[in-house]
Amino acid sequence: MSSTESIIARCQALFDDLDFTSAREWKAAEAGRRVVGYMPIYVPREIIHAGGMLPLGIVGGGEQLEVIHGDAYYQSYICRIPRSTIELGVSGRLDFVDGMLFPSICDVIRNLSGMWKLMFPEIYVRYFDVPQNYTDSIGGNYYRNELQELREGLEEMAGIKITDEALRRSIAIYNENRRLVRQVYEYRAKQPWKAPAAEVYLLMRAGLVLPVEEHSQMLQDWLAAVEAEDRPMRDNCRVVLTGLFCEQPPLNLIKSIELSGCYVVDDDLQLVTRWLTADVPQDGDPLENLALAFLHHSESTSAKYEPDEKEKGQYLVRTVQRTGAEGVIFASPSFCDPALLDRPMLQHVLKAANIPYIAFKYAENSGQMQPIREQAGTFADSIKLWSEA
Amino acid sequence: MKCFIGIDLGSTTTKAVLMDGNQHILGRGITNSRSNYDTASRVAKQEAVVDTRMTLCRRGLAGAAGLEDGLDDFLGELERSFRLEQFLDQLGDLEATCKTQITGDRFAGVEKEVDAALVAIFDELRDTAPALFAPGAKRKSDFFRDIAGAHYLQVAEKVAKEAGLPYELLLNVYDKSIIDVENRPPSEDLTGKFVDALVRVLAATSGDGRDAGDIEQRVKDALAIELEETFVVGTGYGRVTLPFSKEHIRSEILCHGLGAHMMYPKTRTVLDIGGQDTKGIQVDASGIVENFQMNDRCAAGCGRYLGYIADEMNMGLHELGPMAMKSTRSVRINSTCTVFAGAELRDRLALGENREDILAGLHRAIILRAMSIISRSGGITDQFTFTGGVAKNEAAVRELKKLVQENYGDVTINIDPDSIYTGALGAATFAHRAVEDGAAREGVQA
Amino acid sequence: MSTKPQAAQTEVAKDDSMLKQKTMMAGHYERLTSAKETGAKTCSTFVPGNLNELIMCFDLLNNLPEVNAIQAGLRKKSGLYVMESEKLGHSEDVCTYVKSDIGMMAKGNLAPNGKALPDPDVLMLSYTGCFTFMKWFELLREQYKCPTIMLHTPYEGDGKITANMRDYMVKQLKEEVIPTLEEVSGVKFDIDRLREYLKKSALAEDDLVHVLQSAKNKPSPIDAYFGGIYYIGPIFGAFRGTDDAIDYYRTLREEVDARVAAGAGPVTPDGDMGPEKYRLIVEGPPNYTSFRDFWKMFYDEGAVVVASSYTKVGGVYDLGFRHDPDNPLESLADYCLGVYTNRNLPQRVEMLADYVEEYEADGLLINSIKSCNSFSAGQLLIMREVERRTGKPAAFIETDLVDPRYFSPANVKNRLESYFQMVDQKRASATASGVAA
Repeated sequence: MSSTESIIARCQALFDDLDFTSAREWKAAEAGRRVVGYMPIYVPREIIHAGGMLPLGIVGGGEQLEVIHGDAYYQSYICRIPRSTIELGVSGRLDFVDGMLFPSICDVIRNLSGMWKLMFPEIYVRYFDVPQNYTDSIGGNYYRNELQELREGLEEMAGIKITDEALRRSIAIYNENRRLVRQVYEYRAKQPWKAPAAEVYLLMRAGLVLPVEEHSQMLQDWLAAVEAEDRPMRDNCRVVLTGLFCEQPPLNLIKSIELSGCYVVDDDLQLVTRWLTADVPQDGDPLENLALAFLHHSESTSAKYEPDEKEKGQYLVRTVQRTGAEGVIFASPSFCDPALLDRPMLQHVLKAANIPYIAFKYAENSGQMQPIREQAGTFADSIKLWSEA
Repeated sequence: MKCFIGIDLGSTTTKAVLMDGNQHILGRGITNSRSNYDTASRVAKQEAVVDTRMTLCRRGLAGAAGLEDGLDDFLGELERSFRLEQFLDQLGDLEATCKTQITGDRFAGVEKEVDAALVAIFDELRDTAPALFAPGAKRKSDFFRDIAGAHYLQVAEKVAKEAGLPYELLLNVYDKSIIDVENRPPSEDLTGKFVDALVRVLAATSGDGRDAGDIEQRVKDALAIELEETFVVGTGYGRVTLPFSKEHIRSEILCHGLGAHMMYPKTRTVLDIGGQDTKGIQVDASGIVENFQMNDRCAAGCGRYLGYIADEMNMGLHELGPMAMKSTRSVRINSTCTVFAGAELRDRLALGENREDILAGLHRAIILRAMSIISRSGGITDQFTFTGGVAKNEAAVRELKKLVQENYGDVTINIDPDSIYTGALGAATFAHRAVEDGAAREGVQA
Repeated sequence: MSTKPQAAQTEVAKDDSMLKQKTMMAGHYERLTSAKETGAKTCSTFVPGNLNELIMCFDLLNNLPEVNAIQAGLRKKSGLYVMESEKLGHSEDVCTYVKSDIGMMAKGNLAPNGKALPDPDVLMLSYTGCFTFMKWFELLREQYKCPTIMLHTPYEGDGKITANMRDYMVKQLKEEVIPTLEEVSGVKFDIDRLREYLKKSALAEDDLVHVLQSAKNKPSPIDAYFGGIYYIGPIFGAFRGTDDAIDYYRTLREEVDARVAAGAGPVTPDGDMGPEKYRLIVEGPPNYTSFRDFWKMFYDEGAVVVASSYTKVGGVYDLGFRHDPDNPLESLADYCLGVYTNRNLPQRVEMLADYVEEYEADGLLINSIKSCNSFSAGQLLIMREVERRTGKPAAFIETDLVDPRYFSPANVKNRLESYFQMVDQKRASATASGVAA
């Protein structure tokens, strides 16, 4: 049986590898294989998978990538993820990627889809729109047709057919992967000292670049390994991290939060791995099933419209209650419109529910952790004092 | 003779270039920028004229008896002697100005003592002045405010102690005066100073086989050549405040492009990193700007950033490069934000990183920003010319060469030691063109 | 620099169209601010995807927070409002239209006439071309607790409107938007009334296009950016589909035709512009806090904007779209789908490059707005592409909509000057080589 250490070491290697060697090797292993990249927040990976292709999550360049040409495309008041993504593109690091999907998350990523069309005309590029209307016959119908268009686009790109049968199989495989991801999250919420936030993060990051079957195996192995190991419990408070659904924080930032006395018991990092919150039915029309799952059983986040004013932000309160968290940390990338515009509303909801919170901003290449350590440490101390009072 | 002058009014220094009708550079001048832009440009222009006179003296003395081998030495002596004259002249102005400051409550009851102290200070400054301009003497700066300031403060401390006066009093007098002195137009009598300087040099070197009479005549002839200000063009950050009409103003972008072209006719891409801004410029075969980009509102990654770092580390700006060169492994610095520079630096030092490596990382960060701006303006095409204050920094140049190689392959990189004059050279060339083109047009019409 | 004495400035003759617009706007604000007394109900919505004809079908008054923010910017009040909302916890990083609006509410929500604007009875969230709209109205909904209608406009990711997009929008209109508007207003929907309004819209749209395209003349009789902002006011705001708009655009068209006949250039705040020296295409919204100073930097140099993308943000009429009374709901859908910021980057590049050619411009100028990622994210590539396709130089300046902290006159002026001089130089060298050839 592998230890958590060896599993995480592999994840770390995947995380550090900006050339995506593992995905390149997967592609090279068989003639005709295709890789489809996607950005946050969510794409229906089942459709890509059902076409025998590898969905590859691309979430910027992290803190190690030197961005030169990417900066030439963006003003200083725009977040960093599109710059580093362009840098990955123009530096040839994505030259094995056959298609790119740009989800509907904000205007920056939306516009990047058109930039990609102009800059890389030889590959399949799609802006993947999702409904902001949650009525089955309206938003559901629209979305089912969008999924069908995506399916046809991928078929044409790869010169294959994506059958309903293959889609159902892929749905089953991803259902299992999501179940395992949820298990990891539940495990951590119960025993956060045994599942450090940075390790869970790396586990999920691996899911962006590995074939899903391999990732599911990895999650199973980790769950078994972590159960068998013992780690000391510290007197930390328990927090939920929110606002990190797109541009990723440096790994050091996640570590710093935990080192400063806050166990992370939930977060909105790598939402794509658990976007759908319930199993997607495996019989019937697979696209319809995916569409309805999106409408009625998907995560809430700042990039989605909340039609019911009374429901605004309640998902955060429920997460806090479900995980036994004692506070919320709002961490968002600088210049992130969805997160920063939403933040005051979410904070009002938390205030009404008596849940303490702090807030700060980061960039994927933030170099200074000291202010964050101080803030998180103070937050942990105040929560402890507050709960003892 | 006809002279065409370009003045580049930068945020830290003001430069001037003087060229003749054949576009030959006769002289260059530089001074520190100051609140009175008009004075700054006059001083720079005068410095270019001084340099021009030296050039004319060199031409005039070619073949003078007894100077066959010693021309360079002689001209060196002449220039040092002239500089001494100039310095003493400004010192006199500073002393007179200082004395007018002794008024008000602060000086009540000690007027006489302060006056006496000033006399003592300036006597000593005058006594030590020749040593400053002796052969081989090292000066940290050639600007009057820097030389006089450093020495005044040293001497004043001693004098204050001896006289039992508060040092702040003498400091206050100086601070108030230097600004006035700096912002006054320079004294115009160059010929007089040159003649005095010449007399001193000839007296000191009499009897070494030179024909003093011949030399004196030749120098006087060179000084007598009339330098007619045919056309002046101003450029740079402070150009809008120059008392020039529109046709005498050009944007610094155009001047930099043309200046680089004049120095290196094959230049296609120019990078200029100045104190406040970084410019990426593309020029065509005749030096015409095709495209340009500047850093956006913030001064991230400009020369000013290095200034902050130097302050933060208690080092001189010129010491940063050499220290960074000692680095064995560069530390990655992600923020080129001047506001965060200090914090990031302290963070790194606290983590136990060593100063050389941090500095190497900082230099790389600056050049990375510049590379982005070049990329924005259209990349690098052979040949590439690097200008501005940061081009003098060897660590920055090292990173630039690496990054250019990585991103654009083998490209000829030009760095002129006089690159600080690029903008002024472009402006002078525009001045020349304004007249020549006008003449050409008139010729066509006639 | 020619600065006119104050007296001369006030003597600048106001055209009939300008006076008419002033009266229209004043009347509109009067109707809004007296809604409480008159019992009128108001609907807040956005300029892009503004469904004025539909809103009028329910006797609702159209209130546009964006226009209020612009008004606050022009009257130099927005800086205070923005700071106010930052005090309330809004990030310095986000859209200043939103912050100006939120700050204005906190400060009593006063209209330009000094009276308080009414609380909206309904928020018509037509989510078109800009993600921030969604958050903006979630924020207002939190404040006002009033019914909010989401009309989701899909983005033209592939540069075309598909049947699926149109059906989706028509369904939303039929099944959600219209029933809610009926409920809020108590007025039954009458599709013939909508047709009537759409017919009027199309008439005004014809004249607007004529006015904007008059800039193809040399000299251009209008400035299609700084002046254009006034010209689009009524049709992008609360007047599309009204007789007032028809009259206004007819008057404006006649004035512009008269200027063309006289060979006259645009009217500026300092009177008639001097000789036309540069013709520009401008991409991006303007700066409103220093609007006049900004414009002056152009007309002092003899630069006229002959076409701009900002004047297409509330509808792209010059490429052929007209509201169509025969297909009312489809036509509303197509209108929303087609606004400038709902077009993908390749479409935007194409449009701007075409403008450079069609309007015989010297090049493209981008005013990059800090607040507006919808416009700004990607503009540096747009610039590159338009330069590549047209061979004409482009320039890039950075300001903000209504946050005075982001307008640096020296910086903007420096870049503009450099740009104009660059154009001069290129022209001179072109003529020289032309002579040589």
